[in-house]
This record gives sequence, structure tokens and C-alpha cells, in this order.
Amino acid sequence: MATAVMTTLDPNSRSAARGMSDLTIRNLFIIPTIVFLIVFNIFPLLYSLGYSFTDFRASSPAPANFVGLQNYRELLNDPFIWSNFAITAKYVIVSVVGQVIVGFGVALLLNRDIPLKGLLTTLLLLPMMLSMAVVGLFWKLLYDPSFGIINYTLGLASFEWLSNPDMALYAVAITDIWMWSPFVMLLSLAGLSAVPKHLYEAAAIDRAGSFYTFFRITLPLVAPILMIAIIFRTMEAFKTFDLAYILTSQPTTEVISIRLYKMAFQEWQTGRSCALAYIVLIMILAITNIYVKYLNKVKER
Amino acid sequence: MAHIQLKNISKKFGNHTALTGLDLDIADGEFFVLLGETGAGKTTTLRMIAGLEKPSEGQVFIDGVDVADWGAAERDVALVLQQYSLYPRYTVRENLEFPLRPKIRRLPDAEISDRVARAARTLRIEHLLDRKTDRLSGGEMQRVSIGRAIVRKPRVFLMDEPLSALDAKLREALRTELKNLQMQLGATFLFVTHDQIEAMSMGDKVGVLNHGRIVQTGTPHEIYNNPRDTYVASFVGSPPMNLIDGKLVDNRAVMAPLNFELPLPGGARTSGATDGRPLVFGIRPEDVYLENGAPVEARVHDVENHGVEKILTLRVGDAMLRATVPARTDVEIEQPVRFAWNPDKVVLFDKSSGINLRHAG
Repeated sequence: MATAVMTTLDPNSRSAARGMSDLTIRNLFIIPTIVFLIVFNIFPLLYSLGYSFTDFRASSPAPANFVGLQNYRELLNDPFIWSNFAITAKYVIVSVVGQVIVGFGVALLLNRDIPLKGLLTTLLLLPMMLSMAVVGLFWKLLYDPSFGIINYTLGLASFEWLSNPDMALYAVAITDIWMWSPFVMLLSLAGLSAVPKHLYEAAAIDRAGSFYTFFRITLPLVAPILMIAIIFRTMEAFKTFDLAYILTSQPTTEVISIRLYKMAFQEWQTGRSCALAYIVLIMILAITNIYVKYLNKVKER
Repeated sequence: MAHIQLKNISKKFGNHTALTGLDLDIADGEFFVLLGETGAGKTTTLRMIAGLEKPSEGQVFIDGVDVADWGAAERDVALVLQQYSLYPRYTVRENLEFPLRPKIRRLPDAEISDRVARAARTLRIEHLLDRKTDRLSGGEMQRVSIGRAIVRKPRVFLMDEPLSALDAKLREALRTELKNLQMQLGATFLFVTHDQIEAMSMGDKVGVLNHGRIVQTGTPHEIYNNPRDTYVASFVGSPPMNLIDGKLVDNRAVMAPLNFELPLPGGARTSGATDGRPLVFGIRPEDVYLENGAPVEARVHDVENHGVEKILTLRVGDAMLRATVPARTDVEIEQPVRFAWNPDKVVLFDKSSGINLRHAG
């Protein structure tokens, strides 16, 4: 392949005139990206791995002492950390399930010949394009107990969405569902429109009812792409920070990234927070791996 | 099993008219072939009988009942499509069971497995039952899709060019199999194709469709030997019927621009075949023969050797004429030959309308 590309370099081209080989050109394109990745991703990743074994505090001039696995041991034995994980898990489940139900449902509604389908789809995608901070700020207004439009429309008087400890996490999840259902919808719509129409006709001829057709034809064919949407959304929901941070500051909404943020930048336990970040990373990797395994199984079937 | 009738069916898609005033009558247990070029409206007709498409005008009757308000499921038809439409991700067995499984008309398990086994045996796909459908060859897929039709014992089988995606050998084999299957089941079949060989070899009756109209309905023999107009004459048969302009003078066919003539005793007996009227003479290639001392001289323009026979293209003046001769006939290109025709087999068409005079009468 590489040699084939080399030989096709036009000898009259300007690059050739400057004496650049194909290899040089290739490097010109690739090296900046690699440098960027190393400086901003790989290096901090490894550097923080080093810190996670120390008692380093970025706020103090004291040198870092190597403490071995102490940070990890303490974190994994800390019941507060586990409660943060439990909150995160609850949040991930509520929000991803909600997004799949709403997103896939809307996709099913849109997957037919309706007027203005294109415009409608574009409008439905809007929430996804807004910035997290903006969404957080205006949902805070919508949820406001005294003048918020949500209570006004639902006739809930002064129901406390965000300052009620039992409700706050769900309120954050609802906002997340509003914002990211369009993403699930978009992917589902792609999957749904890829189901050949003649299969539905064959099923109609075979006298299959609409439920039977849905579960035996539509769902199995859309499952792989729906799975991909779920993987993306789970990963995102697991590391949610901005929405929860902006909307509320309840202890019941302290998802793991908020805990991490506080530990790193308010309590300045840099070494410890690096260890926690690594624990989160490993968890996300593990969950994603389970999904990918399952995805491959779905695809194979 | 059922008797199907279409009455004065028209179908429009926007500004495009797919079918105009279509009448069709398919008897119970008949193998009816709808023959036509791509875009003639064959598939639309089929889909209307299946209930996947609604006619703009006219009525569809199944066993004498107007089925306008019936959905595809209630009509109880089976449809085999060119693209097979097997359900992906399922095995052959699951595909065959699919139409029997819906909860509402759920059959007992024993009955299901019995029917699947019988269908698999009939189509010789027993060894494939546990295979995924994407691991099948084209011919196997088509068998499975036919199998899915027969497990249900529907009232009518509708087949939309089921063989046209297969290679020639397989097509031939499945052609015979389908015909046998139909006789075995005694079922009503409506088979759509653009392949006139399929139509001739399988159909009890053939309907020729052209631009959304039925041009002629009849047995393959009638269609072949007595085509209703020049369209049918040139569409059915390979090579097609020779069509030559000319007129009748004293029991002779005088080819007008070409200046050759052939005897046609009794030609004037066909009603309307008056002397001097502009006509088109139709003659099948197998009814043109080479003979020393035959009335017309031509040159051999081209020879196509088909093994059992040779198809010659003869050149008379500027006109080309096809003749089927035995394979042992020794001819070379540009060799002058003399030919005649079998006057009993000549079909006369009106020049302006293209209608067969025997049909016009």
C-alpha cells in the first residue's frame, strides 16, 4: 500500500518540486496530532498515575512522598466514596433508560412519511447542540419553585425540585434526558430507516401483528446501533459533572465527578484525587467492555 | 385455494399511471403468468392483490368477495419476492416458523414442526434448517422464501420474479420444481416475470401486460401462435417473430418496400385481408425454411449456433429476417440462399393498428 502511494506522487507537483517525499507529507499530517495527544493526554495520564501513589498536594510546596497503594486502599474503604458511586449508578440508570425510551420512542414516531419530517428532526436535535452550562442554567430557572414554568404548567404550586434531596437527582436526570434523548433518537432513526421495507411487507403478508413484527424484526435489526447509543450515553452519564454541579448542590446529587472535583480543587488532595480518577477510569472501561462484548453478541446473532 | 378476479383496475402514482382498466380472471388452481417488460405494471398488479397497494379505481375479488377493505393479513395470500425477504439473524427453521408463530393464530408446536418439516422436504432444504439465512446461496434463499409461503397453506401464491436473480442453471431447475409444486399443491399461482421462456414453460395461462394494459390473455400456445398484435408477436418468442410490411395480391404476399414476394394461398380468407390493404406479415423463425428453388433469394448475414439448432439472420435488401434451421445445415456468412415460408403459419396484422386480423374480426 505504502509503496503504491509513493509511486503515485506526481513528479510535477509542487511537493515533488520542494523535494518532499510521500513519507514527509504523511509525517507532516500525523506528527502534530501525535504531539498534541502526547502532551495533553498521554503525558498527564501517566503523570497522574505517578501522583496517585503519593501524598502530593498541589497547594503546598512540600515535596511528594511515595505512599504506595495507601490512597487506593483508603478510597476503596471509604463509605462516602461508595455512596457517591451508588448515586452515580442510580443517575446513570435513570438517565440512560429514560433517554432510550424517549429517544427510541420518538424515532419510531418519526420513522414514517410525515410532512416536514426533516424540519421536525432538526428541531428535535436542538437540545443536544446547546452547551451543558446553558442547559443547566435555564433548567434551573424552569425548575424554580416560585416562578418556574414547570411548576406553573403542572400545577405543582411550590414543589421543590432541586432543593428536595429525594427529587434533586431525578431533576438532574430529567434535564439530561431532555438534552440527550435526541442523540439516541438520531441513532435509532438511522437504524430504523435501514430496516428494509420489504421485510415489513413480508411480515404483513405472513400475518404478523404489529407487536410481533416489532419484537421479531424491528428490534433485533436496530439493536446493534441502539447498543452503540447506550454505550455512549452510559459513558457520558457516568462522568456527568457540569449539569449536576450547576443545577444543585445536594449531597444526594454528589455524583462521583463532583466528589472528584471537590477532592482535587477544593480540598487540594491531588495525589488522592488522582487515585480516585484512576478508579473511575477503570470502572468506565470495565462497563464499556461489558457493553462491547454484548454488542458483539447482538451483532453475531 | 381461490379464484381471483380483477375488475377494471387502474392505479396512479402521482401523475404516473401504472395500470389502466385492467381485467383479469385467474381460475382456482391455475398457474397464471403475468408477462411484461420492466415497468409494465406487473408488480403493481401483484401488490394490489396482496393488499400492499390500493387500486385507484376498480375492484379486487377473491372467491367472489370484494376485498377492498381487507389488509394483507386477512387476504391470506403468500408473496415471494425477488429479493427473498428472509428475516435476517434467524435460522432457516425460524424463518419457516415465522408465519405460524404469531400469538393470535398460534398453532400447536407439533403442527408447526410438522409443517416446517414437510415444507423442507418438498423443497429439499432439510439439511439447511439450522443454518442462519445469511449463510445461504441465492438458490437456497429463494427456496426458503418459497418454503415460508407454503407452510402457511395460503389461498393464493403470488410470486414476483422469484427466479430472476438466480443463475441460468438454477433458474431452469427451480422452474420445473415450482411447476411441480403447484401441481402437487393444486394451488392458485400468480407468477410475474419479464422472461417469456418462464411464462411459456410454466403457465397454464399467460397474460401479456404492456404499459399498464393487458394486451392478451391465453394459453402459452395461443399467445405464441396467434398473438393478438405486433407487440405480443415481437415480445414473446426468442428469437421473436419476423414482422414484414407488405400487402396481399392474388394470394401472394408482396413485401412493399423490399420487392420480394411469397405465396400465401388462402390468405384472403382471413377476414379483412383484402387485396392491397397495408398489412404486416408475421412469421416465426422456425416456419421460415431454406430450400433450393425456393421463391426468394437472400444472403446469410449472421449465424448463431445454439447446439440443437442454428439461428440464421437472412438479409433481403435492407431487411433482416430470422430463420431457425437444424444445426447440421451448412451455411457460411454472405452465402446466397433461397428461402420460403410455411404459409399456414403466417399471421396477418393490420399495418396501422398492429392488431391481428383474426382477433380484429
